[in-house]
Formats: sequence, structure tokens, C-alpha cells
Amino acid sequence: MTHIPFTGQLINMCASLLLLIAFAMLSQRRVLSLVHLFAMQGLILAFSTTVVAYSSHQSHLYFSAGLTLVLKGIILPVILHKLVRRLDILWDVETLFNIPTIMLVGLALVVFAFNLAAPISHMAGTITRSTLGVAMASVLLSFLMMITRSKAVPQVVGFLAMENGLFFAATSATYGMPMVVELGIALDVLIAMFILGIFFFQIRVAFDSLDLKHMEQLKDD
Amino acid sequence: MSTLAGMLPIDWMMAIILFWLLLGLAGLLSHNPRFIVQIVFPLGAVAALALALAALAGTAQTQVATAPLGLPNLPFHLRLDALSAFFLLLLGAASVGISVFSSGYFRAMPVSKLGLLCLEYHVFLASMATVLLADDAYLFMLAWETMALSSYFLVTTDHEQPEVRQAGFLYLLMAHVGALAILMSFGVMLGAHGDDSFAAMRHVHLTSTSASVAMLLALVGFGAKAGVLPLHAWLPEAHPAAPSPVSALMSGIMLKTAVYGLLRISFDLLGVPQWWWGVLLLTLGLITALFGVIFAAVQVDMKRLLAYSSIENIGIILIGIGLAIIFHTSGKGALAALALTAALYHALNHAFMKGLLFLGTGSVLHATGERHLGRLGGLIHGMPRLALLMLVGVLALAGLPPLNGFVSEWLTLQAFLLSPGLPQPYLNMLVPVAAAALALAAALAGFVMVKFYGVVFLGRSRALAAVPPHDAGAREQLGMAYLALGCVLLGTLPTFVVLGIDPVAAELVGHSLAGNVRSTGWLLLTPMRAERASYGPLVLLLVIGTGVLFTAWMVRRFYHGRLRIAPAWDCGFPEQNARMQDTAEGFGQPIRQIFEWFMGVVKHMPSPFDVTPTFHSSVHDRLWDLCYVPVQRASEMLSAQIGRLQQGRIHVYLLYSFVTLLVLLAFVQ
Repeated sequence: MTHIPFTGQLINMCASLLLLIAFAMLSQRRVLSLVHLFAMQGLILAFSTTVVAYSSHQSHLYFSAGLTLVLKGIILPVILHKLVRRLDILWDVETLFNIPTIMLVGLALVVFAFNLAAPISHMAGTITRSTLGVAMASVLLSFLMMITRSKAVPQVVGFLAMENGLFFAATSATYGMPMVVELGIALDVLIAMFILGIFFFQIRVAFDSLDLKHMEQLKDD
Repeated sequence: MSTLAGMLPIDWMMAIILFWLLLGLAGLLSHNPRFIVQIVFPLGAVAALALALAALAGTAQTQVATAPLGLPNLPFHLRLDALSAFFLLLLGAASVGISVFSSGYFRAMPVSKLGLLCLEYHVFLASMATVLLADDAYLFMLAWETMALSSYFLVTTDHEQPEVRQAGFLYLLMAHVGALAILMSFGVMLGAHGDDSFAAMRHVHLTSTSASVAMLLALVGFGAKAGVLPLHAWLPEAHPAAPSPVSALMSGIMLKTAVYGLLRISFDLLGVPQWWWGVLLLTLGLITALFGVIFAAVQVDMKRLLAYSSIENIGIILIGIGLAIIFHTSGKGALAALALTAALYHALNHAFMKGLLFLGTGSVLHATGERHLGRLGGLIHGMPRLALLMLVGVLALAGLPPLNGFVSEWLTLQAFLLSPGLPQPYLNMLVPVAAAALALAAALAGFVMVKFYGVVFLGRSRALAAVPPHDAGAREQLGMAYLALGCVLLGTLPTFVVLGIDPVAAELVGHSLAGNVRSTGWLLLTPMRAERASYGPLVLLLVIGTGVLFTAWMVRRFYHGRLRIAPAWDCGFPEQNARMQDTAEGFGQPIRQIFEWFMGVVKHMPSPFDVTPTFHSSVHDRLWDLCYVPVQRASEMLSAQIGRLQQGRIHVYLLYSFVTLLVLLAFVQ
């Protein structure tokens, strides 16, 4: 067994926490807890990015970490929190399938993701290479969450969590994307959040509910 | 380029294109209909005249230019050589008359429509000129698509009517299918290079297979625009739907841009054509010409009739090009030059005469509100000037000397008749058959024109509630008179026209007719040798003129004193009315009878015991059922299958992308 430095162990721990959170999101029925989980994910992401920045001496990653902390750890959760309260949907997330089945599918996805990441991890020379599998798994799990939730807000949380997974994949595989790209993505996420927030209200006005099955009426026969 | 005089013709042309675009914008932004019809359209006509003059000046030498527009590192290349100069001359010269006519014709249009129409009209003109000047595939396709789109919007000017929308859709569909084929053809011609300029394409050496593939694709693409069988279906639908000046532009000029594209690709870009392309073009041209004229003979709608006649004329042009390729590849350069000259001459003639006739139908439509031949008639009384102008166009299209239609058909037939033994024995047998078929088409075209003119202008009005028709306005008449004058001049001064076309023939097939033509002076047109055949239109005109005047004088001298107006011999019928005249259907009946197997005729015969019997028959295109309906069914079936994917549930859509993602990930692994 090779020796892993302390920072590497920290990062691995963050990765496992992220994976755990991804599963927790998949099984969480309450919308408010979902938002809390999302905030926690953002904080862990910021922390792990800081560690990567410290261990690899990549100063621009500090900026990313700060950005992640502010945007994903604070601003987005706060917006979501307010939205959820204003829309009065604290409870009761209906999933389309029962949760144990979804968890089993999620397990299969994690295996798939690790299998997929193995050759890339061997090639990458970064300190964080072993976490690529986790990153991909959390992307896929978030995607799965979007598919299995019937209400609009959890879908948006799934979308944002997917972006978190992508970000983690970027830091773990290549020490992050260029600053410009990162800033762009951050801005995109923020704007997407605003637009989706507006959509929530519009959907509610149009259908009296945030349940997406009403949107099937929009289909043109 | 510091002074105006220092500008090359190609610079003038670019300036004119820009000017047309600006005129279009001015029309769009102006809310004053008088400004649009009295200033913008006449200015467009002036610009067209300038374009024609620049094209005349530009045949001397090849010029290139680069416009710093387009994408970064991908500038527009323009080139003016004899071929493009000839077609630009055609565009400019014919559109002068059409623009002048339009300035009168559109005066009653509501201003909301007029502004848009003005924009589309001038963009259409500018894009056609750009197509002819383009020297790279990128600019060519851009201009080609602009041309298709602007003409689509022009066709659907009266989009409130569902059949107009339908016709426009069919046109758009065919235009896009054709554009795709042209794009693929360019793709083949690029070879392994990434350079899309025509200059690079000329130097790419293609294997004979890929050259043939490129040629066939180009034939599909340009054929769809020109209306070559079996891609002609949009023409008889779009022309009746479009306003008349637009029909004139499309039929007179736009179809010729397709001819230009075909010539550009087959002779210029692909280098040496292969002989079987010529056979293919010749056969297609013959079939197209015969098909067009036979269907024209049985039409009862003025503009549909003219649309089918356009198909016929495109067929004749194609025959000339096919012959030119055959002769060119068998080393008979002078004959190739003759056939090519005939084809180009016919293209120029057709722009004038078909433009004139379409404009005339527009005036008839304005005056009577009627397109159906069965409800027209006797217009010569109300609209004598229009009738005279139309007579010129009709005679020209029927191919009667001394007008222009005769000259080009005569030249084509000369190319057939002078053809000595070709190396391929089967071709030798094909040539006389083809000549006979061409002669048949020409004769039938005469029949069609007699029917068209006779039913519309002669006899008595068939409409029951006839508004007394008024003659067309001054500017309409001016535009048509210009085109009619063009028909007469092109017919009576053929030596100048042939000499004008000569640089094109010299450029494409490397042979010149100038020596032969000059040998007998300007009065006689001698394409090959004086002892074989020559044609002196002015002499003929003189003879015809004298004959007519003499007869008229004789009639006047000996008959006029005894003129007496009395009821016609009524054959035992107590009364005669306008419905007893020969109708368009009746006139076309023999053709319909003969070619019934060829076209799908649907007849409804009344039962003998029916007290109120009605009879109607309609002709429809069998090729539609053969070529288009299967494609339509297949695409409908395919869309229905694909439509099943549309569940309307967002989760299912997400699942699609999720599964795609997983499959792709597994695949790259």
C-alpha cells in the first residue's frame, strides 16, 4: 500500500462525503433537507478545492474555492430556501419509483462510474486522481435524481448538484478549468437559478401545482 | 479606384448589388407607397440597366475581386468572366423591364405588404447577381440560399390564401433539397482540400467516378431549381401563386441561374466533361421539353400554362448544353460552340419573352381578376395595346421568324443537322430522333401559344359578369414594350447576339464562331458555312412586312367598299352566345386525347339519365404519383415512428439523455 499524504487523505475523505451526500439526496423526501444537503455539498466542495489548491500550489484554485463557497455554499442555498418557503413546499417529495429501487440503481451507477474512471485515473498524474470515479458517480447520481423526482424544485436541485459533480471532476482530473471557463459557468448557474425560479412561479400560476406531470398537457398531438 | 472612371466592371457590379440592397431597405423603412413605386422601383430598374452595361463591358477580360465580408479568414471571392458576364447581362437587361413594370403594377398594394415586397424583390435581384459573381462555394451557397428564401417570400406574398402557402412550401422544400445536392456536389469537388474557392476546385484532379458523382449531384440540385424532370413539380404550383412580376423574374431569370450553375460546374470546375453527361442532359432535356409542352397544351390556367412552357424551354436549353458536351468530348469544337451558343441564346430569349408574357398575364389579372382561361376572352377589344405587346411575346415563344425564339431554336436544330458522324454509333442514331423530338416540341409550342392568345384575347368575353377591362397603366406598358422591343431586336440582329455570346463559347469549349459569323456580314447569320445554312432576319422581316402591307392594302382597296355588317349565319341556332366559342379545354382536347396514357386524365361522365348532366375532366401529373407520393408516404411513416418518442413527460426526456450519456460513456471506454 502506497503512502498517501495527509492532504490526499483529506481529499479522499471529502470525496467520500460527497458520494454519501449524493446518496442522501437520492433518498431524501423532504425538500428543505434537500436544500440543506445541497448547501453541505457546496461547502465540502469549497473545502476540498482549497485543499487541492494548498497541496498543488495552484493559486487560481483559491479563487475557485472562494467562488464555490460564496455561490454554492451560500447564495444558491439561500435563494432555494426562500423559494421553497415562499412556494410553501417544505415537505413531501413524491418519487416516481420507490426509494430502495432507486438506491440499487444508484449503486450500479457508482460501480459503472468507477469502472469508467479507472483508466483515466491511471493516466492522470494529479494528487486527486483517485477521486475522479467519485465525481463521475455524483454526476450520474444527480442525473438519476432529476429523472426520478416529479416536482420541479428537486429537479433543479439535482441539476445544480450535477454541476457540483462536474466541478469536482474538473478539479480532481486536471486541477480545475481555466479561470474564465469557471467564471462563465458560475455565472450560468446563477442565471439559470434565477430563470428557473421565475419558471417555478409561472408553472404554479399555469397549473396550480409544481408537479411536472401537468406539463404533459403541453404536448401537441 | 480613386475615380469613378477607374472602376472596373466588377466593382460597378458590387456597387450595384449594394445599391439594390439599400433600395430594398429604403422600401422596407419607408411608409410611403408612392415613394416605393415611383422612386425605389424605377431606381432599381436604372441599377439593372447599369448592371447590363457593366456586364457588356466586362466580357473582355476576367476580373477577380475579394470582398472583405463573411466569416473571419473566409472572405468572399468574386470573379467576372465571360460566362458570368453573359448571365449578368441577361439578369440586368431582363430585370429593367420587369422593375419598370413592377413600379406600376404594385401601386395598388397596401403599404404594409409593399415595403416587405420591395425588400424581398431587391434582395432577390441582388442575390441572383451575387450567385453569378461568386467565386467560392461559400459565397455561392450563401447567395443561392438567399435567392431561394427571398423568392419563397415573394411567392407567398398573398399568404392569406392556403393554396399559396402550400405552393410556397413545395417550392421551399424543393429549393432546399436542391441546395443540399449542390452543397454535396461542392463537397465532392473540394477533394481532399479544405479550400472552397472555385480557383482551387479547378485544379483538383478528380477521378472520373467522383467527377461524375459531383456532376450528378449538381444536376439534381440545379435541376430542382430549373424544373428539369422529374423535379419540376414546384413550377406549375409556385408561378400561379406568385405575383406576376415575381413569376417573370423567377421564370425569366432565376431558372437561368440554375443553367449558369450547371455550365459553371460541368465545363469550368470539373474541367473536361464526360460524353455520357451530354447524353444524359440531352435525354433529360428532350423529355423535359416534350413533357412541358404537352402539359402546357392542356392547362386552363394562364400562369400554369406559362409555367409548363418554362419547363419546356428549360428542356430546350438543356438539349443545347447536352449537345455541346457531346460535341466537345468528341473533338468537334466548332459544333460544340454552336450548340452552346444556341443554348445561351435561348436562355436570353426566354428571359425576355417569358418575362413579357408573365407580365402580360399580370395585367390581364389586374384588369379582369381572372386567371382561368375559361372565363377570359375578347380582351383585344378592351386592351388593344396589351394585346399587341402580348402578340409579340406569343409569336416569339411560338418560335416564329423574325422574332427571337426562332433564331435560337433554329441554331439548336442547325447544331443537330450539321452534326457529322459521332464516334459512338448509338449516339449517331439518337441525334436524328432527338432533332425530330425537338421539332415536335417547337411545333407544339406554337399550338400552345395559339391557344393561349386565341382564348385570352380573341373572340368574345366568356365571363358572364364582365367588368369592361381597361388597358394596363403607362409604366406597365413601358416595361412590357421594353421587353417586346428586346424580343424584336434579339430576333432581327442575331449576328450581334452571337458575337456577344462568342467569348463564352470560346471560354468554355475553346472554339469560336466569330470567324464564320463575320464572314457574311451583319445582315446574314451564318453559324457554320454559307453554303450550308444562313438566316437573314431583316430580309425576312422586309418580305413579311411588305407582304402584310400589300395584302392589307389590297383588302382595303377591293373589299372595304363592300363591307357589310350582318348577323352571322347561325347554323339553325336561334341565338349564339360567348359560351359557344372554342374553349381552352376544347382547344387542348386533341392533345389530351393523344397523350391520355401519358398524363393522368380524370373524367367524370354524367349518366345518360341525368337530367342536369355535368361533365368535367382534369389532368394531373403522373410523375407526382410516381416520384413524390412514395417519398411523402415514407417520410410520413418515419415521422410517425419518431413521433412516438415524444412522450411529453420531462422525466422521459431526461431519461433519454441519461441513457445516451451512459451509452456514450460505455462506448468511449
